Amino acid sequence: MKADVKPKPVVGGEVATGDVLLAVDNVSLSFGGVRAIRGVSFDIRKGEIRAIIGPNGAGKTSMLNVINGFYHPQEGTITYKGVRRRDMRPYIAASQGIARTFQNVALFKGMTTLDNIMTGRTLKMRRGLLAHALHYGPARWEETRHREAVEQIIDFLEIAHIRRTPVGRLPYGLQKRVELGRALAMEPELLLLDEPMAGMNLEEKQDMCRFILTTKDTFNTTIALIEHDMGVVMDLSDRVVVLDYGRKIADGTPAEVQGNQDVIDAYLGVAR
Amino acid sequence: MNARQLASAAADASLDTMPKLLLRNAAEHGLRPAMRHKDLGIWQTWTWAELRDTVRAFAVGLRKLGFERGHAVAVIGDNRPRLYATFAAVQSLGGVAVPVYQDSVADEMAYVLDHAEVTFAVVQNQEQVDKVISVSDRLPRLRTVVYEEERGLAAYDHSHLYSMAHVEELGRQELRENAGAAGWWLDEIARGKGSDVSVMLYTSGTTGRPKGVVLTHENIVVSAQNGNRFDAFTPDDTLLAYLPMAWVGDYIFSYGQATAGAMCVACPESPETILEDRREIAPTYFFAPPRVFENLLTQIMVRMEDAGRLKKRMFDYFLKVARRSGERILDGRPVGVKDRLLYALGDVLVYAPLRNRMGFSRIRVAYTAGEAIGPELFRFYRSLGINLKQLYGQTEASVYITLQPDGEVYADTVGKAGPDVEITIADTGEVLYRSPGVFREYYKNEQATRETKTPDGWVHTGDAGFFDQHGHLRIIDRAKDVGRLNDGALFAPKYLENKLKFYPEVREAVAFGQGRDYVTMFVNIDQTSVGSWAERNNVAYASYQELAAHPKVCEMVAKRLEAVNRSLAEEPQMAASQIRRFLILHKELDADDGEMTRTQKVRRSTVAERYAPLIAALYDGSTQVHAATEVTFEDGRKGVVEGDLRIVDVATYPVRAAEPLREAAE
Repeated sequence: MKADVKPKPVVGGEVATGDVLLAVDNVSLSFGGVRAIRGVSFDIRKGEIRAIIGPNGAGKTSMLNVINGFYHPQEGTITYKGVRRRDMRPYIAASQGIARTFQNVALFKGMTTLDNIMTGRTLKMRRGLLAHALHYGPARWEETRHREAVEQIIDFLEIAHIRRTPVGRLPYGLQKRVELGRALAMEPELLLLDEPMAGMNLEEKQDMCRFILTTKDTFNTTIALIEHDMGVVMDLSDRVVVLDYGRKIADGTPAEVQGNQDVIDAYLGVAR
Repeated sequence: MNARQLASAAADASLDTMPKLLLRNAAEHGLRPAMRHKDLGIWQTWTWAELRDTVRAFAVGLRKLGFERGHAVAVIGDNRPRLYATFAAVQSLGGVAVPVYQDSVADEMAYVLDHAEVTFAVVQNQEQVDKVISVSDRLPRLRTVVYEEERGLAAYDHSHLYSMAHVEELGRQELRENAGAAGWWLDEIARGKGSDVSVMLYTSGTTGRPKGVVLTHENIVVSAQNGNRFDAFTPDDTLLAYLPMAWVGDYIFSYGQATAGAMCVACPESPETILEDRREIAPTYFFAPPRVFENLLTQIMVRMEDAGRLKKRMFDYFLKVARRSGERILDGRPVGVKDRLLYALGDVLVYAPLRNRMGFSRIRVAYTAGEAIGPELFRFYRSLGINLKQLYGQTEASVYITLQPDGEVYADTVGKAGPDVEITIADTGEVLYRSPGVFREYYKNEQATRETKTPDGWVHTGDAGFFDQHGHLRIIDRAKDVGRLNDGALFAPKYLENKLKFYPEVREAVAFGQGRDYVTMFVNIDQTSVGSWAERNNVAYASYQELAAHPKVCEMVAKRLEAVNRSLAEEPQMAASQIRRFLILHKELDADDGEMTRTQKVRRSTVAERYAPLIAALYDGSTQVHAATEVTFEDGRKGVVEGDLRIVDVATYPVRAAEPLREAAE
């Protein structure tokens, strides 16, 4: 890792000081002539909540897509659990414990909450299609075991009442919760949340914050989240990285970022 | 064991506390289900023996943590078997249970916990732990908090905070290591007496701080046994515990009656899953306030709108059949062969599936109380074969004051005095009662106790009512709102107003009569309802005022009032309250003008003051009156609405007591 991309030392606070779980090194990504990300470097440490913020079009979602291998950057490397790669592949990300939710909920609308969350267990299933189709012996035990894990998540997210409801019929706030449930079903080490509170009312936001904090505390999951509600970001996250026009303009604790002139300018706009 | 044996066992005077009844159940029904709870999507069952063991382990564990006889324990959370077990565990050691509404904010909770002097709080989850901790500096007596669900609490400081599993394990360990512990626990139970305090229930008063109603084991045990006897409950009966544990009804039904009668109590998975859980459990006994029945009916009607034509016609047809004969069949009154056959067919095709949908497929007794239930709504459920009845109760009475016996059910009464309950009506019209369920006192509030309970045990309900021709109690209003006409007849404004407001055309009504010769009324029409009537009848109008002043509208309201008078004439106590004259107000009563509260209740005194000239006109015989009223618009500007209002006389009827005779002739 280059010296200049190391996050600035943090003063005081209970900031995660664990090992680096994932490091993004000098990553650049363009779509034709559009340069979505320009030489961004930052890291995510084990057990922390890391927020990625920035104005619209700053490249936040692109950054998440790079991390879980959906986009392949033209430059730079991604180091996950000590393995350095030119780019991530979605199946590697998934099988190595990276789960995510999407800005526009991406669930199977016609399937029930239960089935949607169950899909999050797919990678953990060992028996074949035929065995499961026959629902016999080991396949049956396996399903029971996974069902129990899913029920734990349903209980945790307080969605027992919609267990059998097709998700297409659910209000947006609940769909977001189901999507979080599906990501949790993977028992991820790194959870990427793309605007988990978008379009929610205050109460739903409070619930979601509680779920995120409890997830971190109980399962020691590392979380990277994109969020526009600054109150939420400042309360939840241990460290914040700020992007603007594809560049990193600040990186540090919520308090540091809040006081940073570049960040204020990026949000409020300055005469250029 | 059959019902009779159980009744005789329950009457055994030595079973005078809830923990003693629990021990009896464990001995006699050890393998029968005591509680069920849906956890992770699967119903889990506790038998009476298992429940006893849980209670014992928890009680011994509490003792290890310093619990002593006389301590009060707050119980906060949704209906959970372990929280009911906490009641029994606390009481087995001579402690007092103080269930607290789980949705109260921290400040209210602090008041109750402080006032009740609780030393332990047993709560459901992190949310409640947070609330208790946030006010713990105001609770010097609170020593220990115990929680059921461990999620999210791992990182908390555990010096005074324990999980229930931990406390139970403490108890089990003690029971393993110390041979005398089990015997000690039984001795502690034996030391309990019927006169010991069982529970303190805080009533959420509309004004002032809540009051702690102190109920003894005797109050609870006798009331529970009477309730069980009244409806012949047996250990085969099942109920669903879903109303707040801090409410007296849940304490009596789900804890008192269930333990006294060894019935099975099922706890839903979460407050949102009650409907589905009820379908799965199909309770035989069910209590709900009227709004629950109302919502259920609305849901069914909405779904039926989406049903196919054939289904819809079948539904409508058989509902008509049910309306004709369902209630008569339920009450065991004679019904013709054809209607009986049709009803049986309807039961297979419509009623049984409907009951199943609503979770009433095994229902034997259902009660509603709390507020008046619409007669149509009430009859709908009864006509489907659901034995829905009404009762009238209070926290201070350990619930039961009156109940409707099977076969004697009327939509507008609350029934006859319950077993061992005496009722008397004061000169003011207020209902007073005396029963074995009467509370001991309001905790640390002697003045309130003296105001409510007379030295010889009569309790003021604060409600006004009378006994009708069937010997059933009818509640008409709050006692403080009830007055007298000049001839001494009872005047209950809300009772009259509600009778009129039952018609959709009427939005609001205000009755006058206190200290007058006869009753008069102001009426506000419902613009939506009357507006659509006007459209259908080609009545043109430009404003509320114009619509309200239309002669045809006046005529229609007069007809409604005639119908009200007709029904009043059938009630000897109310016949004098027939409405003689009325006017339709030129503006809607509005909270912005201070005429109503923000919760849409009429402020009688303000209305009487603002419209004094109109009231005078109602009593001076004039047929028209000019009104000019200042109004406040939504943007704060003020203006004046004025116009001439018609005053209309309404036909009245002589007193008739014909109803019971006609019933008997049928």
